[in-house]
Amino acid sequence: MSSPLLTIADVAVELPTPRGNLRAVDHVDLSLEAGRTLGIVGESGCGKTMLSRAVLQLLPKKAKLTGRVMFDGQDLARLAPESLRRLRGRDLAVVFQDPMTSLNPVLTIGTQLMETIQEHLELDAPEARKRSIELLAAVGIPAPEQRLTQYPHQCSGGMRQRIAIAIALSCEPKLLIADEPTTALDVTIQAQILDLLAREQRRRHMAMIIITHDLGVVAGRADEVAVMYAGRVVERAPTSALFKRMHMPYTEALLAAIPKLDAAPHTPLPAISGRPPDPTRPLRGCSFAPRCRYATGRCHEAKPALTSAEMPDHLYACFHPIQLAEGVGA
Amino acid sequence: MLNFVVRRLLAMLPVLLAVSLLTFLIASLLPGDLALVILGDQATPENVAALRRDMGLDQPLWWRYLSWLGHVLQGDLGRSYRTGQTVLQAVAERIPVSLQLMLMAEFIGLLIGVPVAIACAARAGDAFDRFMTGSAFAMLSMPSFLVAILLIYLFAVELHWLPATGYVPFTEEPLGNLRFFVLPALTLALAEWPGIMRVLRSDMIATLQEDYIALAKAKGLKPARILFVHALKPSSLTLVTVTGINIGRLLGGTLIVESIFALPGIGRLLVGAIYTRDLVILQGVVLLVASGFVIVNFIVDMLYAVLDPRIRHGHA
Repeated sequence: MSSPLLTIADVAVELPTPRGNLRAVDHVDLSLEAGRTLGIVGESGCGKTMLSRAVLQLLPKKAKLTGRVMFDGQDLARLAPESLRRLRGRDLAVVFQDPMTSLNPVLTIGTQLMETIQEHLELDAPEARKRSIELLAAVGIPAPEQRLTQYPHQCSGGMRQRIAIAIALSCEPKLLIADEPTTALDVTIQAQILDLLAREQRRRHMAMIIITHDLGVVAGRADEVAVMYAGRVVERAPTSALFKRMHMPYTEALLAAIPKLDAAPHTPLPAISGRPPDPTRPLRGCSFAPRCRYATGRCHEAKPALTSAEMPDHLYACFHPIQLAEGVGA
Repeated sequence: MLNFVVRRLLAMLPVLLAVSLLTFLIASLLPGDLALVILGDQATPENVAALRRDMGLDQPLWWRYLSWLGHVLQGDLGRSYRTGQTVLQAVAERIPVSLQLMLMAEFIGLLIGVPVAIACAARAGDAFDRFMTGSAFAMLSMPSFLVAILLIYLFAVELHWLPATGYVPFTEEPLGNLRFFVLPALTLALAEWPGIMRVLRSDMIATLQEDYIALAKAKGLKPARILFVHALKPSSLTLVTVTGINIGRLLGGTLIVESIFALPGIGRLLVGAIYTRDLVILQGVVLLVASGFVIVNFIVDMLYAVLDPRIRHGHA
């Protein structure tokens, strides 16, 4: 087995706030091989975006990052700014959540595409222009040549996200991080964008991290899924294994909270009651215990470690794993 | 875009009308009888009454306003009772001085303010930023006559580098002309840059938080390109407004600075008109200056459209 493209080792992110230090990411280990897709799932504030910003080295200035982010043999957290700059946009690309705010409103689409290409690839302006047109066509933009001189506000949300994807793909990155790429879009556009990402990923053999709050988004598209809660990875498994037999009560609750088309009208959604714990006041026990229907006294006393039981690649952090014989877990 | 220009032009009309009314009222409400001022205290009541009739001063206020406005619309702003010069001649004679002073002051102000603002915003909160923000505050609180005197003391009296006061036209002696303008322009610029720096700095800091700046970093662009191409343009709308207001204000000349440095600009023309009760000059100059201000603001609106394509296309 080759060494992974990306290894996140013991990464923690702390943000100073007026109410004390906020631990946004709490000692996370993840890895991703070239050409594979990792889904990171969790509700708002669980640290998934902070984790992606840690990989991209785009954390807020005051944030404190510990641990190692090994990408292609280099630790991004300790890379000189100039080396990091040459890496970003070329080998490491990102698509943000909201295409209404992630494109510069005063620069043309052509400028925003070509500047990335010309920064990293040795192409002159006509070549960069040609490549931009090809990229826009590849992401499904009609009349790409005319689009180059237009501004973002002249395009719809779905168009803008396609343009953002074209920018991300422009230098054939080895890893693409898609941070909630469809959350801000109309439902009808969401599947198109996800399919586009999947298609381009296969074609370019790049690794991808999809960050989402929607288990449905990663279901058919990720090779592996990591579920995050309160800054920690609480369950991690190959996608099919996870959906067949999830062990963590939080994952079960997340799945149950997705509306079902075949449910009878007026069926109440089983929303997860309560809120995630205050990240500036970490709990002694399991972070999910206060909201968990399986919790016992032990869950409030000690933090369950991320372990595996029947299958070595299915990890979970729970004293009372579901769909496993009681007592098998740690 | 054409629609936008026409709308802005139409919006200027009521403003200009209001300006003309206000100018007229202010000049008319000054105490004292103009005819008496002109004829002096030796004049007989008959002479005064005759002059009042000649000048139309016996007519009601609204009639005088309308007839003045009628003349103004025909391009006749009247002439000084003292020198016989028309308002347009007097202004044409003085405006190059005020214009040159304004341009040089704004240029120096932007030359200091913009780079300092960018440097501060890029490293907001560090020692350099705090020092420059503090200095800007200090400069802002220094009155221009004090700055003028300090500059004269340093560069004219102590170092003998530049003349303290005086003026020669550019066409006669270009270098000498510039030498006379350096200190007054610098005096004004030292009052201008803190405002320029503060609005641009705070807008830049806000822009640098935007998603598209994070994406520009993620694209691996050079820091200079991120600052100057991605952040500066969307941050400069307020800067353009402030510069427009400054230009409009300086267009009317600067009473204090022109007086201290003995520059024959619009400011000195106004001061003279007030001292000698030259109401026709006063009224005409104020109207011209105010119209200039309105036109500068119109140009500023047009610049918004150049800077932000969303305004150009009628969005937002």
